[in-house]
Amino acid sequence: MAEPKRPSLAVWKFASCDGCQLSLLDCEDELLALAGAVDIAYFAEASSTLRPGPYDVSLVEGSITTEADAQRIHQVRASSRTLIAIGACAIAGGIQALRNFADVGDYISAVYASPKYISTLATSTPIAAHVKVDLELRGCPINKDELLEVISALLAGRKPGIAEESVCVACKRRGTTCVMVARGTPCLGPVTHAGCGAICPAYGRGCYGCYGPAEQANTAALSAQWRRLGADRRSIHLAFRTFNAAAEPFRRESDAHGHEDHPA
Amino acid sequence: MRADDAQPEPAAAAARAGARTPPRLIGSDALAALIATLAAGGYAVIGPTVRDGAIVYDEVRGVADLPAGWTDRQEAGRYQLERRADGALFGYAVGPHSWKQFLHPPAELLWRARRTEAGFAVEAAPPPARRFAFLGVRACELHAIAIQDRVFLGGAYQDTGYAARREGAFIVAVNCGTAGGTCFCASMGTGPAVSAGFDLVLTELVGEDGHDFLVEAGSEAGASVLASLVSRPATQAALAAAGAVVERARAGMGRRMETAGLKELLQANPEHPRWDDVAARCLACANCTMVCPTCFCTTVSERTDLAGTEAVREKRWESCFTAGFSFIHGGAVRASRKARYRQWMTHKLAHWIDQFATSGCVGCGRCITWCPVGIDITEEGAAIRGHEAAGRDKPEVAHGDA
Repeated sequence: MAEPKRPSLAVWKFASCDGCQLSLLDCEDELLALAGAVDIAYFAEASSTLRPGPYDVSLVEGSITTEADAQRIHQVRASSRTLIAIGACAIAGGIQALRNFADVGDYISAVYASPKYISTLATSTPIAAHVKVDLELRGCPINKDELLEVISALLAGRKPGIAEESVCVACKRRGTTCVMVARGTPCLGPVTHAGCGAICPAYGRGCYGCYGPAEQANTAALSAQWRRLGADRRSIHLAFRTFNAAAEPFRRESDAHGHEDHPA
Repeated sequence: MRADDAQPEPAAAAARAGARTPPRLIGSDALAALIATLAAGGYAVIGPTVRDGAIVYDEVRGVADLPAGWTDRQEAGRYQLERRADGALFGYAVGPHSWKQFLHPPAELLWRARRTEAGFAVEAAPPPARRFAFLGVRACELHAIAIQDRVFLGGAYQDTGYAARREGAFIVAVNCGTAGGTCFCASMGTGPAVSAGFDLVLTELVGEDGHDFLVEAGSEAGASVLASLVSRPATQAALAAAGAVVERARAGMGRRMETAGLKELLQANPEHPRWDDVAARCLACANCTMVCPTCFCTTVSERTDLAGTEAVREKRWESCFTAGFSFIHGGAVRASRKARYRQWMTHKLAHWIDQFATSGCVGCGRCITWCPVGIDITEEGAAIRGHEAAGRDKPEVAHGDA
């Protein structure tokens, strides 16, 4: 019997830190099994051999911040049967979406010695704002176990079993005592999408919201409780302005607690 | 302190009911011997221990692991450990964990299948590695275990994993001497006195005269273990002191639930404006369902490996506060926080009675304490009834989309 043809996989980078695609290389123990199950056709971070498409599956990391990338993402979409956006940049615009709340020209002149060489868009936008996305895998960075689960599910033709609940559910499943209730530590867990395994509360820290807003995130009620725990408006504003700042529920909540240093 | 509508059930009176042995007194040394005896008998002894600012349930190897001299101060959305004036080992109410973690674990492998030449072979989940001995089970928790027994073992189909874990469990109950700020077992008729469902029951007597435990056996296994411990007959003074311990807990209930007509009240009010009010405060985070010792819902999923040679079916805790819980073709049936909170509370206090002939609430107060924003099921019940709870701060929710 002939070996079945392995699906081809491509990994694409847009505006990002590479952390999510590195999760693929971080697989270590599973890397050989992965290479055996899929044909890694295009993965510049891992190999200089870049084969042309079309590809069965594309993993897309990063947000759209330049005109060139706004064009390139359409080519990626056209050459991909299944397109999976991975990570907070690809799904919500990432930390670089802070530019959406400010004048990007000010940032450029503050950061670069020769601003004239910089050609960029005024906003950082998610992949789904440009092309159809088949699946979004949350995280900053993504969880490698969830990535392997998504790939395994695609190979088997089944629905991926990835987290859909709040971080609180993950905390309770692992038996972590709630840091907000027992320590009065402000935590974004109740309004944050699970997937990380609830790492921070297990080490006594509040959740930073790396996986973006949970479904039905009641950010206003959580902020009200943070206020009761003693958090000021500025710290609430900043807590919602991180890796998922432009995700709508977080954007709205940070705006509601605008600070003079960070105008709404 | 609030009045309660349940009938008093003094520990001494309850102790005489059923096939219990005459109470005996043991000292702290014998408690240590009890833990050692159970461990030597092959049990994983699970008991209260202090970790990460809370009294949680985990494996204990001796009396030194128990929360000596600690108690918990609990309010809606607030839990704090405090030092007691004495060295009581069970001088707290209940913490974030419940015995559900062990009998109905957060994740459980149901079966595994491996691809073979001929097709595939299915392997059943392995039986439990060790039997559990639970040390320090409260009256409300025994009722919670009895409720889960009904859910998992009572119908036409039994949960075999639960049955195996439950069958082998040895239960050392404790009569409550300290009620928490969110406790209301007296209202629900589930405590604070232990009445049934244990192998041994302790009442901790700590005072100037010493530190003893009144012990009674509730099963042959319990009687056999008790017989192996150094004990002495219970004095009238010890029996009276044990009765006072439970009465102190009963008088200290921080909350009260009016249960008369509650089922009919909730079932008649699906459109009460209070559901919108609570939805504005509710985070839909699912904490209440996770900490509830009776909430039993799970989701079942299959996973395959990369090579496509192995599949596993796993069961995991699920909550009616997630969208996936009520997802059917076309979307989630309960799409809003309002619908989800209403589903949870009306199931717990009303529909549960239709389904299992008992309330799903045992009055342990965990859902109140461990709600990050302090939503209080007793207060919500009172509000539906039309009583405004006195003295609660109005939530300062400036904006929101309940």
